[in-house]
Amino acid sequence: MIEVLIPSQLQSYCGGVSRVRAEGRAIGEVLDDLDRRYPGIRFRIVDEQDRIRPHMRLFVGRAAARDIRASLSDGDELLIFGALSGG
Amino acid sequence: MTELLIGTRKGAWVMRGDERRADWRLEGPLLLGQIVNHFVADPRDAKVRLIAAKTGHLGPTIFRSLDAGATWTEARRPPAFPRSDDPNARAVSHTFWLEPGHASEPGVWWAGASPPGLFVSEDNGATWESVAGFNENPMYDEWVPADAGTPDGPLLNQIVIDPRDPAHMYIATSTAGVFESLDRAASWAPLNQGVEVTFLPDPYPEFGQDAHFIALAPTMPDRIWQQNHCGVYRLDRPQRRWERIGKAMPAEVGDIGFTIVPHPRDADTAWVFPMDGTDVWPRVSPGGRPAVYRTRDAGASWSRQDRGFPTDQGWFTVKRQAFCADLGEPLGLYLGATNGEVWASADEGESWRGVARHLPEIYSLAVAPGA
Repeated sequence: MIEVLIPSQLQSYCGGVSRVRAEGRAIGEVLDDLDRRYPGIRFRIVDEQDRIRPHMRLFVGRAAARDIRASLSDGDELLIFGALSGG
Repeated sequence: MTELLIGTRKGAWVMRGDERRADWRLEGPLLLGQIVNHFVADPRDAKVRLIAAKTGHLGPTIFRSLDAGATWTEARRPPAFPRSDDPNARAVSHTFWLEPGHASEPGVWWAGASPPGLFVSEDNGATWESVAGFNENPMYDEWVPADAGTPDGPLLNQIVIDPRDPAHMYIATSTAGVFESLDRAASWAPLNQGVEVTFLPDPYPEFGQDAHFIALAPTMPDRIWQQNHCGVYRLDRPQRRWERIGKAMPAEVGDIGFTIVPHPRDADTAWVFPMDGTDVWPRVSPGGRPAVYRTRDAGASWSRQDRGFPTDQGWFTVKRQAFCADLGEPLGLYLGATNGEVWASADEGESWRGVARHLPEIYSLAVAPGA
């Protein structure tokens, strides 16, 4: 299982919680699992070409992930952040 | 009751006016913080409402209500381009325009996006399909040059359907002007003869114009009004050459703007809200004196209507989707401004009154059906 940190921008999909657990051996599989349970969440993080959206930041532990094909191991933590400045 | 649907840079609101359109009540916010480019109700079924939204962080989606806004759900499959292995493959940045389908096609909706893309839903916006006739057209890269765009990205900013024929459609784009389809979006042809471009070497190209807004005259659908980046135009089909009717506007005001509103019962009458397109294009009310201009003779002449607007130091702009009319008698007109104000006229533009202020920048304003 993967522990996933959900940013405030996406917590409305997950019943308001900031942490959920999901299954998958790669980031994309975890996002697929999240989308099955919280429909619509994946497309707001990743575009139709499977690219991480410009103002979303994903980390596996402390390592930045730039491709959803990045592999995960049981017990990893996937951190999702929204990163945008502006008024 | 008149109901106005307001989309803003930071959420959506609803305004309800009484029978006299004199007292207004603001309700909301809905989707606070989401960028709402369009908020539209379905004239075929007043309970159906769609919102095109995204936030600065999150990807674009469509929110749907089937109970006149009481509850909202998200599209199961929002507008998206086909999957591709091309590393530069297009992805929808935001849906900009939502268009209810033809009266004979209940449940059908069309959407225009940035980068320019056309999408269709057959189930009241729950799922959307890419329209290959435009999105995979062999001419796409010519119609959408890589370096073209508005400050918020290049747009397929409008879809218009001939009320007499669901297969006869027009679209407006910011990169190539107006296109026409006679086969329900399967193929498209440019329709820009006579429309000037001041930002390309050829001032009258086949395509390359920036069509800010087009509207059919409801009682004469062969008449198309256009507020272009470079002027106000009219086209009476089957002609193909647009006439620049904005030349009749006062020179000190010009004919630059974002939008145009036809009268629903009089094919010779329409309104524009000019903005300053001189120098560095401030895109504010010319001279700081907001006004609408009305033609009652198909663009041969224009008259200024500014009673109630600031007479000095009023610097707002009205964007493409933010000027609309109801079906009242006399006609009610409504505009949403970039400064977060809603202005209303209950006498066909003769006088104006601010009915809401302090909202975020207004992107869209629509009258709900039944008003």
